[in-house]
Amino acid sequence: MTALNIIKAINAGLRRSMESDAKVLVMGEDVGKLGGVFRVTDGLQKDFGEDRVIDTPLAESGIIGTAVGLALRGYRPVCEIQFDGFVFPGYDQIVNQVAKMHFRSGGRLRLPIVIRIPYGGSIGAVEHHSESPEATFVHIPGLKVVTCSNPVDAYWMIQQAIALDDPVVFFEPKRRYYEKAEVDVDGEPDLPLESARVALPGTDATVAAYGPMVKTCLDAAAAAADDGRSLEVIDLRSLSPLDLRAVYDSVRRTGRLVVVHEAHRTLGVGAEVAARVTEECFYSLEAPVQRVTGYDTPYPPARVEEEYLPDLDRVLDAVDRTFAY
Amino acid sequence: MTVETAAGATPPEPELVQLLTPEGQRVPHERYDALIADITGDDIRSMYRDLVLGRRVDGEAVALQRQGELGLWASLLGQEAAQVGSARALRAQDHVFPTYREHAVALCRGVDPVRLLALFRGVDQGSWDTDESRFHLYTIVIGAQTLHATGYAMGVQRDGAIGTGDPERDTAVIAYFGDGATSQGDVNEAFIWASVTNAPVVFFCQNNQWAISEPLERQTRVPLYRRAAGFGFPGVRVDGNDVLACLAVSREALQRARDGEGPTLVEAFTYRMGAHTTTDDPTRYRLNAELEHWKLKDPIERVKAYMVRGDLADQAFFDGVEQEAEELAVHLRAACRALPDPTPTSIFDHVYVEPTPDLVAQREAMSTYLDSFAEEVAR
Ligand SMILES: Cc1ncc(C[n+]2csc(CCOP(=O)(O)OP(=O)(O)O)c2C)c(N)n1
Ligand SMILES: [Mg+2]
Repeated sequence: MTALNIIKAINAGLRRSMESDAKVLVMGEDVGKLGGVFRVTDGLQKDFGEDRVIDTPLAESGIIGTAVGLALRGYRPVCEIQFDGFVFPGYDQIVNQVAKMHFRSGGRLRLPIVIRIPYGGSIGAVEHHSESPEATFVHIPGLKVVTCSNPVDAYWMIQQAIALDDPVVFFEPKRRYYEKAEVDVDGEPDLPLESARVALPGTDATVAAYGPMVKTCLDAAAAAADDGRSLEVIDLRSLSPLDLRAVYDSVRRTGRLVVVHEAHRTLGVGAEVAARVTEECFYSLEAPVQRVTGYDTPYPPARVEEEYLPDLDRVLDAVDRTFAY
Repeated sequence: MTVETAAGATPPEPELVQLLTPEGQRVPHERYDALIADITGDDIRSMYRDLVLGRRVDGEAVALQRQGELGLWASLLGQEAAQVGSARALRAQDHVFPTYREHAVALCRGVDPVRLLALFRGVDQGSWDTDESRFHLYTIVIGAQTLHATGYAMGVQRDGAIGTGDPERDTAVIAYFGDGATSQGDVNEAFIWASVTNAPVVFFCQNNQWAISEPLERQTRVPLYRRAAGFGFPGVRVDGNDVLACLAVSREALQRARDGEGPTLVEAFTYRMGAHTTTDDPTRYRLNAELEHWKLKDPIERVKAYMVRGDLADQAFFDGVEQEAEELAVHLRAACRALPDPTPTSIFDHVYVEPTPDLVAQREAMSTYLDSFAEEVAR
């Protein structure tokens, strides 16, 4: 067991993937000598060389577009986008090229590209550094979209994503980067990449979340437990494909569901979860599915972001609503 | 790494327009002397004041960030001459499209530096009056503003506000960006659009040698100013630590734009003396010797030396500017701390021109929710 935070866990995962497959490359702005602005790639260039850890020109379309070419040539590029808001100059390449190549080629061409994106708020940053654009990728067929919430998942999921032959957008919860846990780095992952996990079993209501909001929901569950209410918290982990088996199972027992994410409400992942749960568990539901999300405004200035973001109280308030219904 | 030409020879070091040496000596220049022939001792003194105040605003902001009053700050330290020189070449009607580092340009355009602090404090995302200052909002997404500047210039062109010969009407647009930005598609597209439309825009690149941790070699193998030739307009490299040279070169480029002669790329060769931003640690990627080398070329020291040398100012003047900077600093510290936080529901205020029913409902829900806490406290 090794105590790792999420940054160190992803770093260790990248390192293992690079050791086991010489085709794995890391590329992005400042990922080399600096080790990335969050130090996720710290030391990799020193150990694997400039050919495998590439400080790219400052151009996201270029990062993704050249990754496509490298992948066609047999490499497995892991692209780092410095912050959530800066993926959009590369969005055209992701949506029109990365997502569709396999389909267009009738399955002949595979693009095993991982696009790492630190995302989410609550870090007191200026514009474009706190966004949660995951739904804009989930909406695109051909992309897999996953997100980790803790160091153990971070360590395994990055390796699983790199091993996958489909392109993966890998969202990293930057506000949780420094959360620590014991990781069995020599063991085996206990779950496939594309599956949800019950983060906390419970009996009275179900709370589904992912990425940075899992901890918020676990904290909410702890507070609810003090009041004698048992919440089951599910970490969705994979947003595309969306694995809702654990959610259905839970909702059939609790009859109540709250979905939580930082991203905007409209057409967010919560909307999809609510729709599917309504289809699958209609007769089990005791109340409408509640969403606790960011509002439908641009990400606000830092001094008011805590009011914008879901927190423990808003989660509990939504749970209350499912009981009051 | 040197770039080999087709013939295999290393091209000579590109010419750098310089009018003031680092020691503060005025060197003649065949082409650019004429462009600053009208500059008086008063002008020099007032530019010196802008340089010092710009540096002071910056230094205060860094200190405020350290004290937790700002979330972040992007320091302009070392780039004062490039900013003041180019800004002082602007006319009132000209328009500026900045990055996030053009604090001294903002100052020259009459933007209250407290507005800059507000953005970096996280109380708003740009609250100065862009109509009044003609200094547009800061742009953090690298390179995007170069297209905005070009489009704005196309509008100026369509309004017939170039080439009339009326010095109060003919209008130029200037886009600021960094060396790293030159790799972005947007910047290259801006070059193409400006070239093809002959737009009245000046592309003012502050080549401060670094894009966070990446040195210039990661972005280009030719001197940046030479890129302009490929797009079909002139490019010039100027000593970015020489305020007079920056003024002269910018004046020429802006006048070309106002006269309807199209775009120019100015590469101001300078150095980012501080960290990229307050969250950056440059010791991880660059040698201190480099900084020490550039300190000898300090943009403010050389003007001061020039002024002393030419008897353009006495100690009382320098003391006066220091005093003014000190007063500004005191004001900034107090004004920054006094900036009110936005109210939670204000986030709904300007998403659209008119609030949508959905947002009205979300705002209502937020209010009710927040009021429920107030009630709890009251109970
Ligand atoms: C599209 C985009 N990608 C990445 C970033 C993150 N970032 C902020 S500043 C910067 C370096 C910019 O370098 P340069 O253009 O030379 O300007 P400087 O900061 O040196 O003034 C980067 C990569 C960003 N703001 N926008
Ligand atoms: Mg730079």
